[in-house]
Amino acid sequence: MRDVAVLGVGMTKFGELWDRSFREIGIEAGLQALVDAKLSSSDLGALFLGNMASGSLIDQEHIGPLILDYAGLGARHLPAVRVEGGGASGSLALHQGYLAVASGLYDFVVVGGAEKLTDVPDATGNQITSSTADHEWEVVFGGTLPALWALIARRHMHEYGTTREQLARVAVHAHEMGAKNPNAHYRNKVSLEQVLGAGPVAEPLGVFDCAPLSDGAAAVVLGPMETARKYTDQPIRIAASHVACDAMAVQHRRDVTTLDSTVVAARRAFDQARRAPKDIDVAEINDAYTISALVALEDLGFSEKGRGGPDFEAGRFALGGEMPVNTSGGLKAQGRPFGAVGVAQVVELVRQLRGTAKDRQVPNATLALAHDVGGTGATSVVTLLEAAT
Amino acid sequence: MSIARFWRETPRRYNLGGSKCTMCGTVYFPPRAVCPTCAHHRESIGKMVPFQLSGDGEVFSYTTVHEAAEGFEMQVPYVLALVRTVEGPILTGQIVDLAPEEVRIGLKVRATFRKLREEGRAGVIHYGYKFAPAEELPGPRPGGPRAAVGARTAPESDRASA
Amino acid sequence: MDAGIVSYGAYVPRYRITPAEIGRVWGSDGESMGQGLNVHRKSVPAPDEDTITISTEALRVALIRGAIDPQQIGAIYVGSESHPYAVKPTATVVAQAVGATPNLTAADFEFACKAGTAAIQTCLGLVGAGMVKYGVAIGSDTSQGAPGDALEFSASAGGAAFVIGREHVIARVEQTLSYTTDTPDFWRREGQRYPSHSGRFTGEPAYFRHETECARRIMEVSGTSPKDYAHVVFHQPNGKFPQRVGKQLGFSETQMRYGLVTPYIGNTYSGAALIGLANVLDHAGPGERVLVVGYGSGAGSDAFDLTTTDAIATYDRSYGRPVQSYLDSGVELTYGVYAKYRGKIHMGES
Repeated sequence: MRDVAVLGVGMTKFGELWDRSFREIGIEAGLQALVDAKLSSSDLGALFLGNMASGSLIDQEHIGPLILDYAGLGARHLPAVRVEGGGASGSLALHQGYLAVASGLYDFVVVGGAEKLTDVPDATGNQITSSTADHEWEVVFGGTLPALWALIARRHMHEYGTTREQLARVAVHAHEMGAKNPNAHYRNKVSLEQVLGAGPVAEPLGVFDCAPLSDGAAAVVLGPMETARKYTDQPIRIAASHVACDAMAVQHRRDVTTLDSTVVAARRAFDQARRAPKDIDVAEINDAYTISALVALEDLGFSEKGRGGPDFEAGRFALGGEMPVNTSGGLKAQGRPFGAVGVAQVVELVRQLRGTAKDRQVPNATLALAHDVGGTGATSVVTLLEAAT
Repeated sequence: MSIARFWRETPRRYNLGGSKCTMCGTVYFPPRAVCPTCAHHRESIGKMVPFQLSGDGEVFSYTTVHEAAEGFEMQVPYVLALVRTVEGPILTGQIVDLAPEEVRIGLKVRATFRKLREEGRAGVIHYGYKFAPAEELPGPRPGGPRAAVGARTAPESDRASA
Repeated sequence: MDAGIVSYGAYVPRYRITPAEIGRVWGSDGESMGQGLNVHRKSVPAPDEDTITISTEALRVALIRGAIDPQQIGAIYVGSESHPYAVKPTATVVAQAVGATPNLTAADFEFACKAGTAAIQTCLGLVGAGMVKYGVAIGSDTSQGAPGDALEFSASAGGAAFVIGREHVIARVEQTLSYTTDTPDFWRREGQRYPSHSGRFTGEPAYFRHETECARRIMEVSGTSPKDYAHVVFHQPNGKFPQRVGKQLGFSETQMRYGLVTPYIGNTYSGAALIGLANVLDHAGPGERVLVVGYGSGAGSDAFDLTTTDAIATYDRSYGRPVQSYLDSGVELTYGVYAKYRGKIHMGES
């Protein structure tokens, strides 16, 4: 296996993109990444596209060739493959692209992630995204994604004393970062009081504890590390990429308050890179729900089990803190176009490692971690990115 | 939802038919073809036998849902819980017949039979388990678990379809 | 007759509404309406309850109390005027839900409020003939009155299940007979949401005539008189009619005290007389004689002359709730929530 680098990145604005179609946003992100990589499209070997539910959302399956075609590459007959893993679809596509280049089968691949969630009513969108949980044994009985995460939250509060305020801090932080990100779905700051006073969705989670349903797309170009400097001055090495899965339903997990998929994916990633959580300078973690972020910090090894809330409250993960997380605004404020999320995390971290993140820049960031989750934790993907020296 | 897809689960949804690993004794719901935790994972194939849950358990975690799942709009706010059954498996289900503010972790509950959803006004009605507080039900249960609505006199092997 | 009741169970949904609350919405004096009808509260099913779920809950209690193997049930009949489906039986779902399938016969009965007692008679026939070991008869309803109609003050939800057999009988059926005519006092045409009734015509020529004639005939055939009975249960569309009919026949309030449940839960239609009987059996000791006279509009009455046996002394009622707890408890709803739960609010199609 050879080393793989990120050569270029691109993304659309995330949010309610009423005037733009699925194929338009997919292509915009991909072309941006190609231009950023200073790569000719004739160099490309394959396209991997992360997408959760195009069939349910826009009545269109088979979207690999669709995007390839409208990207102007149809006549090149490249393989174009859709990858699905619920909310982790984008990271899974990245993993596939990484394997494809690392194996030597392809030299350059585009990894995209795209989702168009506002083409259906909110209730339909929630129903479709809930199908990333176990439909037969959770959703049929009244479960929704926020409700299932709320079950995790309540148990976490019960076992570790995590407070409602600690959860709310995650949302406050996300909006603070989103305000600095021109691509973010939400660019407004919110106060702790606003988060606590917002209407309930699934107690203890309220409206501000839940990431929105967004439209958006993101893309990266991957290539072999050895020739990376021909295409970019600042290649970013993929130091590790690992996927781990777990029981589909929360009820069947070893521990309801732990995402074992995250624990294992992180362990594998740190082992591959021969690094440890303390080495990470900046991270994009899953904060689809405020509880998701606290659990992720623990399961990734940044906080002791049960200490995610107090650590967050203490400012350890704020910009200027020990290890800033979700400088993009996270899923909560940058937005949550499911299949695009994991790719957008990498876009943000590449900007951090290149030092081009402007007023949300983490100084001297050299090692970054991306953490993406599908459903309620049945799939976790952990990617480590390193600025090449 | 497809009628057949729901119908084929009725032994589970109506009667809490799970399975048990004869190698390690662990009980599963819904039933599994292979034991996920057994040290003899591979050897457990074909050694899983039907096992009926009693429907008795306690609340392990809960949430009051305000933005309903499809088909639950009329019941908002409703309580969804993880219920740890006395046999071990945790089930996801609604808590009914109790005000949301009275639900707590550790509350003793018992399975009850309710409508889960309807396929519109003209479509099929789906039924299954939910949970109601057991504490207001006086008296111990005679002769064992409630699975008895099936298992008290019928040997386990007779319940293979459940 | 050597057949009788082997076990029983009752179920009443948790919610209640008062006549005063109903009257408040329709601009009528609900409180005095309730006093006139002798109905203080009526039960309301939750939005996830219907005749199938009520029947299942009642039967599960009966099977556990009687330690009855559901595979030994040869017949299940569910009597109701509010079967969830016009076509597709309630009884098959109930049979599946208690583990009685597939080797049994099942069917739904409809005869206004007496479909449950008709089911008991049918089971007695099957058991008596030796065709089945256990027959299950259920009377259960989630009845509706049209908004603002007098019926709305009483139409409620609940049910009771009776297992009929020949072994371990707790109440032997000495005699049963019926009295049936074509009397159009109350009906619901196919496709109509709410029933219609003929006002005061539902009284003398309908309810009272059938109840009294049927009661007199069974006592004549049995050679009994009111004083021979420890308990009497009449159909109870409201709390007043059964009191009047009891008085006319010469029964005392003491004889009626357990059999009259409508004042506290409303008229559960097919469940009404049967929940009353369940309450009697909750309290009865061995050797007590019970007269039950059900009534269904359209019209007919079914009467049962029962005697509790020694087995009732050891019958374990500890599983499930006694009827009295349903009469005493409940959560009161406002009319708005009641209307939502009962599907009385026109919802936009999504």
